Amino acid sequence: MSVETPHKIDTSKLDEIIKSYDSKKSNLIAILQKVQEVYRYLPEEAMIYIGTKIEGLSPATVFGVATFYAQFSLEPKGKYEIKVCDGTACHVRGSMPVLNAIRNKLNLKEGQVTSDNGLFSLEIVSCLGACGLAPVCVVNDKVYPQMTSDAISMVLDTLMKEEGSN
Amino acid sequence: MTDKKTLFIDGKEVEFTDEPNLLEVIRKAGMNVPTFCYRPDLTSFGACRMCVVEVEGRGIQSSCTMPPEAGLKIHLNTDRTRRIRKTVLELLLANHDRSCLTCDKSGSCELQQYAEEYGIKQIRYPDKADDEYLPVDDSSPSLVRDPNKCILCGACVRACTEFQGHSVLGFANRGSKTVVQPMNGRPLGQVDCVNCGQCAAVCPTGALTIKSDIENVWKEITNPNKKVVVQMAPATRVAIGEMFGLEPGENSIGKMNAALRRIGFDLIFDTNFSADLTIMEEASEFLGRLQSGQNLPLFTSCCPAWIKYIETAHPEMLNHLSTCKSPMSMMSPVLVDLLPKRLEIERENLVVVAIMPCTAKKYECKRDDLMRNGRADTDYVLTTQELGRMIKEAGIDFNSIEPEPNDSPFGEYTGAGTIFGASGGVAEAAVRTAYEFATGETLENVDIKELRGTTNRCRDVELDIKGTKVVVRVVSTLKEAEKSLQEIKNGTAKFHMLEVMACPGGCINGGGQPRSCDNSKIKAERAQGLYKEDSELKLRKSHVNPSIKKLYDEYLEKPNSHKAHEILHTIYKDKLTGSYKDIK
Repeated sequence: MSVETPHKIDTSKLDEIIKSYDSKKSNLIAILQKVQEVYRYLPEEAMIYIGTKIEGLSPATVFGVATFYAQFSLEPKGKYEIKVCDGTACHVRGSMPVLNAIRNKLNLKEGQVTSDNGLFSLEIVSCLGACGLAPVCVVNDKVYPQMTSDAISMVLDTLMKEEGSN
Repeated sequence: MTDKKTLFIDGKEVEFTDEPNLLEVIRKAGMNVPTFCYRPDLTSFGACRMCVVEVEGRGIQSSCTMPPEAGLKIHLNTDRTRRIRKTVLELLLANHDRSCLTCDKSGSCELQQYAEEYGIKQIRYPDKADDEYLPVDDSSPSLVRDPNKCILCGACVRACTEFQGHSVLGFANRGSKTVVQPMNGRPLGQVDCVNCGQCAAVCPTGALTIKSDIENVWKEITNPNKKVVVQMAPATRVAIGEMFGLEPGENSIGKMNAALRRIGFDLIFDTNFSADLTIMEEASEFLGRLQSGQNLPLFTSCCPAWIKYIETAHPEMLNHLSTCKSPMSMMSPVLVDLLPKRLEIERENLVVVAIMPCTAKKYECKRDDLMRNGRADTDYVLTTQELGRMIKEAGIDFNSIEPEPNDSPFGEYTGAGTIFGASGGVAEAAVRTAYEFATGETLENVDIKELRGTTNRCRDVELDIKGTKVVVRVVSTLKEAEKSLQEIKNGTAKFHMLEVMACPGGCINGGGQPRSCDNSKIKAERAQGLYKEDSELKLRKSHVNPSIKKLYDEYLEKPNSHKAHEILHTIYKDKLTGSYKDIK
C-alpha cells in the first residue's frame, strides 16, 4: 500500500464527502474525520476547500475546529500510527523509556511526528483506559500491553521487516 | 398588560423592556460594568468575564449573556465581582505584551484603562521570554495584527463573521495556545480580507490596529520641494470632533480645513466635490443601463471592500459593478492632471493625500488599475483617527480653532456629495441627478427619506421616474450584500440598483473612524450630521455644482465622454485566480 502523496487533493472526492453529510456546517467534525481517513491527515487545501464550499464556514473556521481537537492531524500520519500512553499509571511504570526507544528507533528529531519514510507516526496520549496493562502502546488499534524499550523495539522490528525496510 | 418590567440594580428600581441582556439594562440606567468582549452590534460572547455581576439567588453571572428578568436583584460592585475582575485583569496581563508606551493603542486601550481603574500595580507573573513572542503581521496595506496583544475576546472574529459573513479571522488551537489568526496563520495581506477594518474597530487592545501612514505624510509636508494637497471624505467631518470631546455628528469641516492648513497642507479640497463628480458619471451610467437593459442591477463602486469582495468571491458578476472609480480615486487624477500646470510645479512634486473614514482606502490607493505612469494618483490615505492624532501631535487646539473655508475649485460641493458618507446616501444622490437627467424636469422634493437609516441593513425603495418604476436596494455589510447577490443568481432580484457599503451603517461607521463600538447610537448621530449639512446647503444636486460644470466644460467634456472614461472609470479584474480559494 502506498502512502497518498500529500499536497494533492482531489476535490471531487471532497465534494462527495461534503455531499454525503448534506453540506451542513453542523456536520463539520464528521466531514473532517472522513477526510482524515482518506488522507491520514487534513491537507491545508482540503480545509480551505471545505471552508469555501459549506455555507456559514470559512477556511479560518475550519482550521479552528481542526486544531481544537487532538484527533485531527495537520501533518501526514504514518501507515502505522503509534500511540504511547503517558497517563499517570503508564508514566510511573515507565512509559518515557518506551517513548524514547521509539524515537531512537525511528530517528525522530525533536518535534517530528512522522518517520522520514512515512511509515510510522508517533503520538503521546493521556490515558487509554487500560491502566492495568501499563505501560501501554497502541499501533493502529492493536494494543500492546506492559511495554518495555526492548519489547517495543521488537514490535517495530517486526513491522519494519513486513514492510521490507530497516 | 404593560410590557414594562422592573429589576433592582444596587437597590435602585430600574425599568426594562426588550433589552437583550442585563448589561444593556445597566447601561440604560446610567450605570456601567467593564467589558472587553461585549459589543452591542455583535452577538454576546461571554468570553472576558469582566462584566460579572452578583445576582441574588443566582450567584455570579456575566451580565452580557444573562437576559433581564422582572424582580432580579443585582449588585454591580461587590467584593466578589471586584476580585474576579482583578484576577481576570492580572491573568490577561500575565502573558500580554508589556510595551504599553510604544503601543499604537496606548491611551485608548481598554485593557490599559481597566488595569488603571482597578489599580493593578503589579503583575505577579514574569514577562514572557523573547522567543515566546509571536511575529507581528504587517502584510496588509490596511491593518497590523499583533497576536501578542490579543486577549481572545473574539470581537474581531464576530465582526468579520457577522458583518462581512467572511470569517477571515478565526480562533485556532486550544487552551493556552489559542490564537486569533487567518487560515493557518497566513499573513493577513495574503488571504481574502477585504480590509474593511471592522476587526480593528472592535478590538479592545492593540492586537488589531490601523497601519499608520502618519510619518510618511509628515515627511512630505516638511519637504519644501513638495506641494501636498489633501481631500477629505464626507464621513470624516462628522466624526473627527469626537477625538476632541465634541458630540458625534457635529460637523467640523471648517475646523478640519483650518487644522489641515496649520499642519502644513498646501491646498485643501473636499472629496464631496468628487462625490458630485461620481454622481455625474454614475447617474449617466445607470440611465444608460436602464435604457439598454444590460448589466442590471447596477452595483455602486465607491466601497473598496465591496469591490474586492466581488473580485475575489464573485468575479462572474463584475459586469454589474459601475465602472466609476470611487470619489477619492476620481478626485486624485483630476488633481494630478490639472494642478501641476496651475501651480507651476513638476508632477513628481505633487503629493495627494486623502483623509478617509476607511482602512480599505489604504488598499484602494495601491490598486494596480488605479496606477498611471507607474505612480498611484492618491499617494497616501490617512484615516480619521490618524488625522486626529496628527492634529494633536501638531499641538493644535481643535476646539478653539477658527473654522476656515477650503480651497477652490475642488472644494465646492453640494448636499448630494455630503450624504455619500451614510448608507443610502450614494443611492439618494444618484436618484436626485438621474431623475433630472432622465426627465429634464426639476425634482422638487430632494429628500428621499426611505433610503436613509443606519440600523436597517437592507432596504428596498421603489421610485417613480416619470412612469418608469425603479427599485433601489441599499445594503450595508457584505453579509447582507451576499444575500442580494444570491437573489440575482437565482433570478428573484427585483431591484435595478444595488448600493453597497461594507461597514454597518455606511462610511460614517468605517473602520478608520474614531472609536464607536460600544455605542450603537453614534452611527445615527453621525449620519444625522451629514443629512443636516445637506439640508442646509443651497445646492443639493450634484449636477448643479458650478465647479463640476466648469470641470466638464474645460476638461472632461461631458459625463461618460472618452476623456471622462479615461480618468474617472476603471476596469475590474477577476481576482479569484490566485486568491486562496482558488483550488482546482
